[in-house]
Order: sequence, then structure tokens, then C-alpha cells
Amino acid sequence: MSRFWRWFWALAIGGPLAVFAVWALATNERLFFVTLLNGLTLAALYFIVASGFTLVFGLMRNVNLAHGSLYLLGGYLGYVAAERTGWYLLAVATGFAGAALVGLAMQVAIFRFMQGQDLRQTMVTIALSIIIADLLLWTFGGQVHQLSPPEWLDGPLRGLPVINAYSKFRLALLPLGIAIGVALWLFLNRTRVGMLIRAGVDDRGMLSASGVNVNLVFAVTFLIGAGLAGFGGVIGAVELSMVPGEDVRLLLASLIVVIVGGMGSVVGAAVGAAILGVAETFGLAYAPTYSVVFTFVILVLVLAFRPRGILGRPA
Amino acid sequence: MSAAQWRKAMNAGAQAQAWPRQRRVAVAPAAPAADSRSYATPSLPAWLRWISQRVSARHVLVMAFVLIYPWVATPFFTFQIGGQALVLGLIALSLTFLGGYGGMISLAQMTVAGIAGYMVAIFGTSSMPEISLGWPWWVVVPLAIAIATACGALIGWLSVRTEGIYTIMITLAIGVAFHYLMQQNYSLFNGWQGFQRVLTPQVLGIDWRSPIPYYYLVLFWALAGYFLVKYLVRTPFGIALQGIRDNPRRMNALGFNVIAHRVVAYAVAGLIAAVGGVLLVWYNGLITPGSVGTGWLINILIIAVLGGMRHPIGPFLGAIVFVLLQNFAIDVFDRERFNLVIGAMFLAIVLFSPDGLLGLWQRLRARLAAGDAQSRLSTPRPSRRFVKGGSQP
Repeated sequence: MSRFWRWFWALAIGGPLAVFAVWALATNERLFFVTLLNGLTLAALYFIVASGFTLVFGLMRNVNLAHGSLYLLGGYLGYVAAERTGWYLLAVATGFAGAALVGLAMQVAIFRFMQGQDLRQTMVTIALSIIIADLLLWTFGGQVHQLSPPEWLDGPLRGLPVINAYSKFRLALLPLGIAIGVALWLFLNRTRVGMLIRAGVDDRGMLSASGVNVNLVFAVTFLIGAGLAGFGGVIGAVELSMVPGEDVRLLLASLIVVIVGGMGSVVGAAVGAAILGVAETFGLAYAPTYSVVFTFVILVLVLAFRPRGILGRPA
Repeated sequence: MSAAQWRKAMNAGAQAQAWPRQRRVAVAPAAPAADSRSYATPSLPAWLRWISQRVSARHVLVMAFVLIYPWVATPFFTFQIGGQALVLGLIALSLTFLGGYGGMISLAQMTVAGIAGYMVAIFGTSSMPEISLGWPWWVVVPLAIAIATACGALIGWLSVRTEGIYTIMITLAIGVAFHYLMQQNYSLFNGWQGFQRVLTPQVLGIDWRSPIPYYYLVLFWALAGYFLVKYLVRTPFGIALQGIRDNPRRMNALGFNVIAHRVVAYAVAGLIAAVGGVLLVWYNGLITPGSVGTGWLINILIIAVLGGMRHPIGPFLGAIVFVLLQNFAIDVFDRERFNLVIGAMFLAIVLFSPDGLLGLWQRLRARLAAGDAQSRLSTPRPSRRFVKGGSQP
């Protein structure tokens, strides 16, 4: 793309956004900042869930469409644990472990035997998502379950400039998301297992040929990816709520985050999650009945100009 | 050359070696057909000879069955089972055409059908006079089909920008996002309630929603779709599409415009799905966001995979099984647990017979044939994959 077109598109997309920001700031400053904060905290949740999705996809070319179901499963397990013990951290651990174990079982029992058959694996995950969703509906019923935040994060944080007060729990999600992103980045870039995973993303055959047990690497990746979905589930159980259908919502978010951010890239997932989270909440705040249209527009723009996502590399 | 590029080149090479041996069969039958002309009796007129070469006893049997069926079946079986299976089969046929011959699994076919349905409700009549424009059916139906086909092509244009497994992700994202748009927008799509009382028009004094006329209407369009696909896959376009499915890089090198062929395939599939969508909205008499929800996006995939994607008859078989299960599984299991049953069935099919019921049938025939000819040890087992036109003369 020539320099002229680059500037043209930057202006065509950035110009209206800047005008909107100025207009929104001038009319209602508080609404703008609250929406921005809502968007960023939602983005943190999207990032946690989608990073697991992108990790699994990047290494194994496995589009895990049961990822949303793992999210919901983690949320319900965390809910049960919190109800029994009243200890939120235990709920988080249960959600992570439960989803991770189910993910591990899926990899060890099924996907290991159909390596390299992308489409078949995807169809299996579709079938599993139907089954898991229906089992959850059977066990927990169709009513809304809501997990209350731990006491030390309950209630609003007061005395903030401009926006006055904001939910402590949602505010805590922002550093949590960043912490998980940094931890994931360190894990992938600074540890041996992370190195093996990255090597597997680049060339699975070569990694196997150099004497690494690739199946073990796959199992670990799937464990972490599914666990992140379950972890996100427990957070989402507080931030949003748990009801059949939320699995599809988070699956859609994960899909769009990785399509926009670039498939298989953790940094891309962070960028994609930020864009989607902010766009969605601004849409809901300023154009409630058309907010999904913004999601469409983002999807179309990214696919039109960068078909592999903003940070995607050629596969 | 980076590792990733090298791997891609290697994969493409491996595919090129692995696929064409089996798949080339799909193109082959043209030659034997030309040869067999000399064997046919010269006394028969040309058109009769043409028919006798292509139509066998079982084609006649199936045709006779579907024509007589509504006269022997109860209205329930004609409408709820026969009619519904044919409509769902028609929509799934569009996916079979895309997936089986184009190699692109789109989950947005139900979305295209849903767009046609919504357009019929918006331009035609419904229980929402403040939104519905109330135009006559002969304006509404072509308009709805045209809009939905255009949307199908647009979805195709978006999803062919990346390849392979990304298609399923992008089309699923588009389909689910469309569902949420229908659900949250009240000014144009009436949100949760959608549109009720979308009536089938009365043409020539016939009520097209009563079982027997509706059945024949749907049967006509199902057959039209079936023969359209059968015809298209033999045309130069269809052959090129199958070539692109097997090896896009080679076809590109041969000078075919890969992207254009794929988008046209999406447009054709969109047309088939749009016709199915209009018929479906008449069947249900209503359209709601639930009609284009994730459940239905996936059900269409289940129907297509259940039947088998290697032949256009597959989706109709799959739809019959699906509709029968939907209506009668409740007697065996709990009605609430239908999703569990269909999910488990889909899992079993994907795990054990990726080519669906047609694949099972093909394997059964191969086994029987092998039993007959046990002595001929050197006979190679027929290909496990069901290749269109490859097995029947």
C-alpha cells in the first residue's frame, strides 16, 4: 500500500473516531470515561478467554469451538465451589482445574488420534460443545446464576476523579488481565516449555524430529488453554452472569478477538480484545440497538485490509 | 525461506501427491459416457438413449416414492416430516455444494436463509404492520432471494480472503453476530419477537400452506436444487471448483482465478439457501432470532455431515434422519434432551464415519462386493471416500 493510501485510510477510520471522542467528551465526560473503563475491563475478560483459544489454535491448528462451553463449565464449577466453601480463590482454582482437566481429556482421548485433520477436529469440538452445553443445562437449569465477588473486592471504589465511583472487582480485572498477559508472555518466551510450544507453532514435524514428545507439549498446551477458559468463566460469573447462551457469546468474542488480532498470537489477542471490548461497550452505550454492527464493521475492515489479523503472520 | 513457508510448501506438495489419485475420478466419467454411445442401440432416438444411460431403476423408484408419498401418508407426515425434511435438506444442500465440491465449510448458510426469511417478513405481510411493507408476493420473493444471494456472496467474499479452517471461524462469527443483531434491533428486525404470522400467499386459488400443495412446492424446489448442483458440478465451472478444492495453488498456476471461483460458489450456495429460507419461513409461519441462532447454524452442518458431503442426495438423507429424530426421539428420551441425542449422534458420525450415512452405505456395498469376489485377491478395495459419479456408470 502506498503512503498516500495509508494516510487516506488512517484518516478515513481515525477521523470519525476522533470526532466522536471529542463530541462524547464535550457532551458527557463521565459517561465517556465510565464506558471506556467498562470496555477495557470487558476486554480483560475477553483477553483471558481468547488467549487460551489462540494458544491452542496456534500450536495445534485446532479450532476449539467448545471453548465457550469450557468457559461456562469453569464458571459453574467455580460457582459450586464458592457456594460450598465461600472462598472465592478456591472457586477460581476449581474453575481453572475443572476446565483444564476436561480439555486435557479431550486432547488425550480424541484429538491425539486425528492430528492434522483440522476440519474433523473442529466438528468434534462442535459436537462436544452441544453435549457439554446440554449437560450443563440439565444440571444447573436455565435460570441465571450469579457469583458474588469476594468481600475484599465487593462494592465500589469511591473518590476517583471524573467518574466518582467504580466497581472494585471490575477495576481489579484490568491489572489481572495485564498480569496474565505478561505471565503468558514470560511463560512462552522465557521458559523451556514455552520455547517448545513456540517451536511447535513454527514447525511441528521438526520439533518432533529433534526428540521432543510432541504429544506431551500438545497436552500441556491444551491444559493451559482450556484452563484459561475456565478461569475466565469464574471471572465472568461475577462480571457478567451464567446462563445457557453465555458460552456462545464468549465463543463469538474469542473468534472475533483472534480473527482481528491475528491467529496464534498472544499479543494479537490482547490487541483484538481491547478493540472488541471497547467497541462493544461504546456501541451499547451510544447506539444500543446497533452495537453488533460495530463488531461487523471491525471484522470486515480487518479482513479486507489484513486478512490474517492485525498481528497475524502467514501460516 | 522461513520455516513456516517451507512447511506450507511441503504440505501442499504432500497434498498434491495424496489427493488427485482419488479425486481425479470425479472428473473422469465424461470419457466413458462418450465411448458408450457406440454400444447403445442405434434404433432408439437420441433423447431416449440419453435418459436410459442416466436413469436407473432406483432413480425411478425414489422419484415415484416422493411423488406418491403425500397421497399415502397422513398430513402430519406429509407436512411436518416430508415438507420440513425437504426444506432443511435444501438449505443443507447449499452447504454440501460449498463443502463437498468447493472444500469450504460455511456455518453461515442458515444465516443466508434467515436473511431471505426476514426480507420476506419485512417486505411482505406479518403481524407487525408498522414494519412490514405488505408488498405482493411476486415482488417480495424475488427481492428477498436477490438480497439474500447478494449477502451470501458478500459473506463468501469476506471468508475466502483466508483459507482452510479459518473459513469455519469467520462464517461462524458472522452467523452468530447476525443472530445478536436480529435480537437487539427493534426498529427494523423487531428484536426478540421477530415476525409472526408470515403467511404463505394464495396463488391460483390454492392455499400453499396446506400439507399437500406445500409438499409439492417444496419437492419442486428441492429437486430443482438437486439437479442444479448435479448439473453445475459437471460444467467447466464445477470442474474448476473441484480442482480448486483439491489444490488451489496448482489451479492458480494454471491461470484460474481462485478467489472469483470461490465467491461464485458462495453466491450459488447463497441462492439455494435463499430459496430454502423463503420456503422455511412459509413452513414456520414466523421468523425470530432463534431461527438463525447458533443451534440452527450448527444443525445445518449436522444435517449435511450426517448425510454425507460427497453427493447432493446426502443432505436430504441427513435431513430425513434429523427430522425423524427431532419428532420421535422425544418418545424414547426426554424432549428436553434432544440436543444431547443429536450431539452424541453427530459425534459418533464424525468419529466413526466422516463421510456420513452415504459413507456407511458405500462401505457396506464395498464389503458385500468384496464378499462376492473373495477369490480375486488382487482387486483393490474401492475408495473409502464417496466420490461423485465415480461409482455409478
